[in-house]
Amino acid sequence: MLNEYFFVLKAEWMLIAIIFLLLFLKVGTSDWKNETLLYGINILLLVNLLVGFFSNLEGGLFSGMFHNDALLILEKNILNIGVYLVSLIAYPWLKKHEHVLEFYILLLTTLLGMFFMISSGNLLLFYLGLEMSTIPLAAIANFDLDKRKSSEAAMKMIISSAFSSALLLFGVSLIYGTTGTLVFTEITPLLNGSPLQLLAFILLLAGFSFKMSVVPFHLWTADVYEGAPVAVTAYLSVISKSAILFIFLQVLYVVFKPMSSEWYFMLFFLSILTILLGNLFAMRQTNLKRFLAFSSIAQVGFILLGLSAGSKTGMASVIYFLLIYMFSNLAAFGVIGLVSASTGKESIDDFKGFYKTNPFLSWILAIALFSLAGVPPTAGFFGKFFLIMAGAERGNYVWVIFAALNMIISFYYYLKVVKAIFMDPNDQPIEKLTVPALPKLAFVICLTGMVLTGILSWIYEYIHTLSNF
Amino acid sequence: MSQTLQIALIPLLPLACFLVLGLYGRKHLSSSAGIIGTLSLFISTLLSLQTAYQYFFVSGKVNGVYQKLVVFQYNWLEFAPDLSINIGLMIDPITVMMLVVVSFVSLMVHLFSLGYMKGEERFATYFAFLSLFTFSMLGLVLSSNIFQIYLFWELVGVSSFLLIGFYFEKPSAVAAAKKAFIVTRFADLGFLIGILTLAFYTKTLDFGLLIERLSTASPYLTDINAATFLGVSALSWGLILVFVGGAGKSAMFPLHIWLPDAMEGPTPVSALIHAATMVVAGVFLVARLFPVFALSAPGALQIVMYTGAFSAFFAAVIACTQTDIKRVLAYSTMSQIGYMMFALGVSKYGGEDGLGYMGSMFHLFTHAFFKSLLFLGAGAVIHMVHSNEMKDMGGLRKLMPITHISFLIACLAIAGVPPFSGFFSKEEILLAAFESNRLVYGIALLTSGLTAFYMFRLYYNIFWSKPAELHGHHHGEGTLTMKIPLILLAVMAVVAGFAPIAKWVTSDGLPIESHVPITFSILPVTLALAGILLATRLFKTQNELPVRIAQQMGGIYKAAYHKFYIDEVYLFVTKKILFNLIGKPAAWFDKNIVDGLMNLLGRITATLSDLIKGIQSGKVQDYALYFFGGIAGLVLVFIYLWK
Repeated sequence: MLNEYFFVLKAEWMLIAIIFLLLFLKVGTSDWKNETLLYGINILLLVNLLVGFFSNLEGGLFSGMFHNDALLILEKNILNIGVYLVSLIAYPWLKKHEHVLEFYILLLTTLLGMFFMISSGNLLLFYLGLEMSTIPLAAIANFDLDKRKSSEAAMKMIISSAFSSALLLFGVSLIYGTTGTLVFTEITPLLNGSPLQLLAFILLLAGFSFKMSVVPFHLWTADVYEGAPVAVTAYLSVISKSAILFIFLQVLYVVFKPMSSEWYFMLFFLSILTILLGNLFAMRQTNLKRFLAFSSIAQVGFILLGLSAGSKTGMASVIYFLLIYMFSNLAAFGVIGLVSASTGKESIDDFKGFYKTNPFLSWILAIALFSLAGVPPTAGFFGKFFLIMAGAERGNYVWVIFAALNMIISFYYYLKVVKAIFMDPNDQPIEKLTVPALPKLAFVICLTGMVLTGILSWIYEYIHTLSNF
Repeated sequence: MSQTLQIALIPLLPLACFLVLGLYGRKHLSSSAGIIGTLSLFISTLLSLQTAYQYFFVSGKVNGVYQKLVVFQYNWLEFAPDLSINIGLMIDPITVMMLVVVSFVSLMVHLFSLGYMKGEERFATYFAFLSLFTFSMLGLVLSSNIFQIYLFWELVGVSSFLLIGFYFEKPSAVAAAKKAFIVTRFADLGFLIGILTLAFYTKTLDFGLLIERLSTASPYLTDINAATFLGVSALSWGLILVFVGGAGKSAMFPLHIWLPDAMEGPTPVSALIHAATMVVAGVFLVARLFPVFALSAPGALQIVMYTGAFSAFFAAVIACTQTDIKRVLAYSTMSQIGYMMFALGVSKYGGEDGLGYMGSMFHLFTHAFFKSLLFLGAGAVIHMVHSNEMKDMGGLRKLMPITHISFLIACLAIAGVPPFSGFFSKEEILLAAFESNRLVYGIALLTSGLTAFYMFRLYYNIFWSKPAELHGHHHGEGTLTMKIPLILLAVMAVVAGFAPIAKWVTSDGLPIESHVPITFSILPVTLALAGILLATRLFKTQNELPVRIAQQMGGIYKAAYHKFYIDEVYLFVTKKILFNLIGKPAAWFDKNIVDGLMNLLGRITATLSDLIKGIQSGKVQDYALYFFGGIAGLVLVFIYLWK
């Protein structure tokens, strides 16, 4: 029994241990240099990541409130990889920061919240996890302490997410009102698609959509992404989005399975809006961070298309895409973060002629953008192709054609950035930057991911075998 | 060497070359990059020839029929329980033919580039890109399934983007590269959806199975025919969409707008991409799926036919008006590919009825040689005079004898003058058109005459027209490595017509007897000769108009009047009617309407994106309002209206 409490919750225990260790370090008087501290923490995170692959135990705890299975373990490992990468690319920025320990404590707390959230088997624990993964994030969005925009981002985030949580809770209470239970497995048989349940579902969907930045619930995204430090933006747009999609998959595919024709059309509706508006906004952005924010909104629209398949294949293609999306997006954010931390430059115009001075970083950024756009042979192509192929299973060609058409539009703006980097002349290009070892490691990992995840077929097949519901 | 390895090495060598040159080229191999690239391709070419020999003479036939041989198949990914994706190498007659064409032309271009690109700062990068392109193209023709072909299809797009934009200091080159990429992406969208449609109904992506399931009676065929959208069956939709993808790469009207602009790339690149390889990918794709087109969806094949015929004529008319020599060649390519397309369109499947198919493949084969020769020749000329404009040329025949002769041979070949290669392939196509659709035959005949005219207009303007101006310095004809490809390609332009394609590359693998009656050939050849004569009369010596004015001044008015009277008629007919009334409007239409439509699409998107900027106001209360509006909207739609 004790054994179970330890191994089923292993990923969570690991994080708790690290968080407490950092807390003790904070409380104790340590005057370690930032570099030492960062290297130490990154080693801890690496250990945490590696341990995640071994001696995992599947099972349920606390009478089904918490459960763990092979797919969830995989998802947690994906999140661990993501957090490790974020931590690596945050190095140039954190090196000069006074509050390294606080940053990591808050960051890992949100990760812990996500773990509980995706493992939850009950709406209560789900809600708890969701809040735990949101509120500390608002605090670290404010971590560029001397920048007004950073605090503005934090404010906007906390207010918007309070608003969305309230509505989500309302939805939860309606579910409870109509079914009399909060346990996932007990809710499912009691769903009959009555108007009240539909309303409850719409409210839940709005809550999820808020987190995933689905239009029209996305408006906080651009401001927060722009204001927050690059590492936090990367974390928000990749890790938190992935986590919420993981649980969204469970909720849609398992809990709300009886209402699948209803949610299918809602997703259709929202996805079209999201892709369209995300693309239109991304096109006019001049700030690279904002540009990535909007383009990642459009990406979610594509994810919804794959999600709509409602099948094993749909689930697999979404998780697969998220893995690839993580590598590509973090690589892009990594380069932008490095440049921003060293020179403060973030606009697309500043990146003109970047190739002349920084060929390595230029190639990383270009490959990342190509992968995000879905150009073969980068992994992004496979990810998107599979999403569209899964979405086509339902035979809704309007949706598929619309998505594919917008893929072309997105080519246009991704290519615009690549063109600025490689082809446009610039009298004062960004000077040659030295890439510290840790971000370099992150770039190499991301690059490997962007190239190999597509080519090595067993990755997809592995996800596909685990995807069951 | 086992056959699989041998075939696999054909694309893998250029890939290895790309990796080596891409990673180490700039620093360590900046001078030897060209040699490495050329050598690796030389081996690829030898292997291709060896493969062709083995296939056509030794192992390809079973019971007298050429087979589709899957020499390598690997179950790459199981996407869903009923759909897996394979990676494989497949050879059949068209693949083998394409292997030879692609590797040979690419080798010639590599050789030519050794001299042409000498002294470029990014010499190694250029060869790396060339290798990447060659790899993608070879991979494309070897693909054993439609997913794989799509993958290589996109790779071809990416590498041609890199090549066209190679002179990235020139803004026009960058714009052209971007345009080519985006326009062909639009077409690829069709291709992608076509693939999904076909895969959705047939549950396979392999060409062999796909063709089998869709060209013979099967439950899959019943399913896909039963499903309709806007009154057209899913099969027709799928094939039309696949054709749209092909039309984009092959520059068929109205998706051709990227091709003239793409001439901004280095000229040898045009010889490779825009003569023999990428632009025929669309023809290859239709040919690949030909049994399905011909047996199950004749309606879709009709679309192929009319698109091809119209493009052939339209482009030929525009080619008459262009003054940039590369643009003339670009439109000429579009016109010739139109020929190949409609030849497929008029063809049927099997036996002698498959004449059009054979003619199309034959023309693809011969065209590759003479068109890349024309581009390389144009490259040599541009190298010499440093300009693309006809007005800067003239009288070059003495200065560049080899270029002159080889260019002349290519012109004769494309004009369809016997016994040059273009004559043979064109006759097959014309005969096939004659037998199945007289309208298309008429268009083809007219186009053939126009082709002879504009090609010789080009020829005379470059090599005759006016006495050569010797500039202070000139390069001569270029290095030996620039001359060898011209000579080799000229030889091919003469002899390729004698290749027994009819025995080898047919719609069903059975050899067909191709005999074009001599009497049939009289009309097209006469037309071609008429075109050439007209061009000779008009362009061999410099335009008479300025001379005439000078003579008017001098007072010898009357004699001049009579002397030039007949020319006035010529000038009136050609300049006023052909150029101003047909050519100019066609060029204008092309530039403003077809191109403009694409721009309009871009502008609409930009305007829309401008219109919605108000939503992102930066105020949290507004955000909450939209949030609430979203919920209200969902409630309205899904609870009140739907339920």
